[in-house]
Amino acid sequence: MAEITPKERMAIKRHHMLEQDADVRNKNFSEVNLGYTVELAKEEALRCIQCKKPLCIGGCPVSINIPAFIKKIEEGDFKSAAAILKKDNALPAVCGRVCPQEEQCEKVCTVGKKNAPVAIGYLERFAADWERENLGIQLAEKKPNSGKKVAIVGGGPAGLSCAGDLIQMGHDVTVFEALHDIGGVLIYGIPEFRLPKAIVRAEVEGLKKMGVEFRTNSVIGLTDTIDELLEEYDAIFIGVGAGLPYFLNVPGEQLNGVYSSNEYLTRVNLMKAYDFPRSDTPMFNIEGKQVAVFGGGNTAMDAVRTSLRLGAKRAMILYRRTEAEMPARIEEIKHAKEEGVEFMLLVGPIEFKGTDDGWLRSVVIQKMELGEPDASGRRRPVPIEDAIEEIPIEVAVIAIGNGSNPIISKTTPDLNVNKWGNILVDENSMKSSKKGVFAGGDIVTGGATVILAMGAGRKAAKAIDEYVRNKETW
Amino acid sequence: MHSSTIFLFHNYVVFLKPLNLKKQVCYRSKIIWINMNRIIEARFLAPDIKLFKIEAPKIALKRKAGQFIILRVHPDGERIPLTIADSDTKDGTITIIVQGVGKTTKQLNTLEAGEYIQDLVGPLGKASDIEFYGTAVSIGGGVGTAIAYPTAKALKEAGNKVISIIGGRTKELVLLEDEMKAVCDEVYPTTDDGSYGFHGFVTQKLQELINEGIKIDLVLAIGPIPMMSAVAEVTRPYGIKTIVSLNPIMIDGTGMCGGCRAIVDDKTVFVCVDGPEFDAHKVNFNILTKRNRMYLLQEKISYEHFCKLDKMVKETVSN
Repeated sequence: MAEITPKERMAIKRHHMLEQDADVRNKNFSEVNLGYTVELAKEEALRCIQCKKPLCIGGCPVSINIPAFIKKIEEGDFKSAAAILKKDNALPAVCGRVCPQEEQCEKVCTVGKKNAPVAIGYLERFAADWERENLGIQLAEKKPNSGKKVAIVGGGPAGLSCAGDLIQMGHDVTVFEALHDIGGVLIYGIPEFRLPKAIVRAEVEGLKKMGVEFRTNSVIGLTDTIDELLEEYDAIFIGVGAGLPYFLNVPGEQLNGVYSSNEYLTRVNLMKAYDFPRSDTPMFNIEGKQVAVFGGGNTAMDAVRTSLRLGAKRAMILYRRTEAEMPARIEEIKHAKEEGVEFMLLVGPIEFKGTDDGWLRSVVIQKMELGEPDASGRRRPVPIEDAIEEIPIEVAVIAIGNGSNPIISKTTPDLNVNKWGNILVDENSMKSSKKGVFAGGDIVTGGATVILAMGAGRKAAKAIDEYVRNKETW
Repeated sequence: MHSSTIFLFHNYVVFLKPLNLKKQVCYRSKIIWINMNRIIEARFLAPDIKLFKIEAPKIALKRKAGQFIILRVHPDGERIPLTIADSDTKDGTITIIVQGVGKTTKQLNTLEAGEYIQDLVGPLGKASDIEFYGTAVSIGGGVGTAIAYPTAKALKEAGNKVISIIGGRTKELVLLEDEMKAVCDEVYPTTDDGSYGFHGFVTQKLQELINEGIKIDLVLAIGPIPMMSAVAEVTRPYGIKTIVSLNPIMIDGTGMCGGCRAIVDDKTVFVCVDGPEFDAHKVNFNILTKRNRMYLLQEKISYEHFCKLDKMVKETVSN
């Protein structure tokens, strides 16, 4: 192939990923995005100009060598591309699907200054999928055994990325998970149509083959305490996530039909309620119902799109700010709209109303307008006087975030937490106040993204490696 | 893995680790792991009410009165909470007593000794507040007696005088009388139909005790919601501290889903992490009752589906 100039590379248009038709996919739980073909991936890879000082790497929370893996895709060496990903990312097939790339690597992409940025996320997904489908997940290289044991508390993104790094560094790694299956939010929260469980399972299987031991049904703090784990392990990483859902605190929230997004999604995803009665866990019958989801993040989009797939007659997002302030990925908002989700913006719920025997029938909403910016820098919504409306609904899903789960902090008195219950750590080393205990992910930051949690897990792995090898002072 | 013994049993990988003698840590934590959950003993106490002793050494060692476990019967099973009735740290077993009311509990009750529970996690929830109160009355309605038993036992061990009222619709539903007798000062069985013991409801027996002038410092009431709610109304005028154990629908049991929320003292609580025991005079039983009816229809569908499958399997086997 003749050498292609940077200018020619820049001229190529960004390639869209194939996806299921909106009218078809809103009735099934299969994955919406279908990925790149080999040809599309190679062509998209051509768009990367291989910057001398690649900004994309700095934009990635786990610092993947992005130009290097894209180069390998361009060359058709997909195996090497996947190996490069694996060096910095324990779960590339997951991140290629759920990372908010437009806020990270693609945001700073040089090509993106003039044209659309290189589709880094799509390419990551392609390389990881290609490896899994063609070779099976390849194992990363492992350093000689250090004889050190590390316990990871929580089998979600933070814990898995930490485990993936530590096992490569040569340590014995055991992951303790409270639920009966591994993956945390990847399996109970993010729906099949956005992240197939089989992909999470395959990546977890890869970690198992590397030697990571998994113990499900272990609630640390209750089944074992942190202090008991410290008797057996040289270091502990806590990545238990946020995991205590916020409610709106408006009247009527106890009515049947009002769910937290965690419960709603857990029933459908982890417990497979969409397959009831073959699967035992029931779900309120959504068919023909009107569903209102409160919130503007990815979880809200997941819940509202799930409702459509369960047969909702009307599926609405009710958000108190405007679309510009929505924390959800752009792609999720776009997909939701294409599938027929209604967006009601600048509205806040005041009350849920229901029947005498406790079933939800409507929500009373207050219309808002944007006022002065608040502490988050976003303009604060303020109520418009007398602009109140009642909307008939049978199901409400509250997706406004999570507080921190108290089980570990309550059973570990010398672990310092802030007033919200988030574990306090040193930003660089992820060390907590307790010797040998590190923490990261949502339990430290409050509800954030999968990739930020994975970044924290990696940072902690590096610090844990140094700590267990040198037993440095705390 | 040089220090471990590993073997395969059915679909389970079992790690047997040697006792760590150096640290004088006995049995706990070093033993085994994993999805053992073998049923050591299984027997019916009454029609549809079955007692299981299950191998779960860690939970046996850790659990305190009032705590519960969550289990799943099979890989597509639902997660259900069950209070731990007793434990044996020597054998490393816990005891649960299950009333077959829906699909999962009926299916669970088909299991026999030697079989395994798919998933078992615990101990969950807060332990009962055990201290010296003086005289405590423990009231168990039906299978609720199994839940009241460990707390009654712990109250006795804390030096309280413990009077136990064991209610059942009829004689065969009066559970754990011998066990209660072994840990209580007085035991009064009651039956709705008068077939055994006191003829009447547990609340009537409680009222009788109050009328006799016995100074009661604490009442613990566990059973169906109407019973707990009725007990709360009996004790309220006398200002007797009354504790109930709530049984809402749960999934994870760690505070993550918020499905088990209840209203106590006009505030939302998560029963799995804030409870399961609460001050009976502050619980909104009305809302709890309604929330527990959320899946009545689905529970019926699920049960019928199970019966159909069960029948098919039995026919296939007999053919």
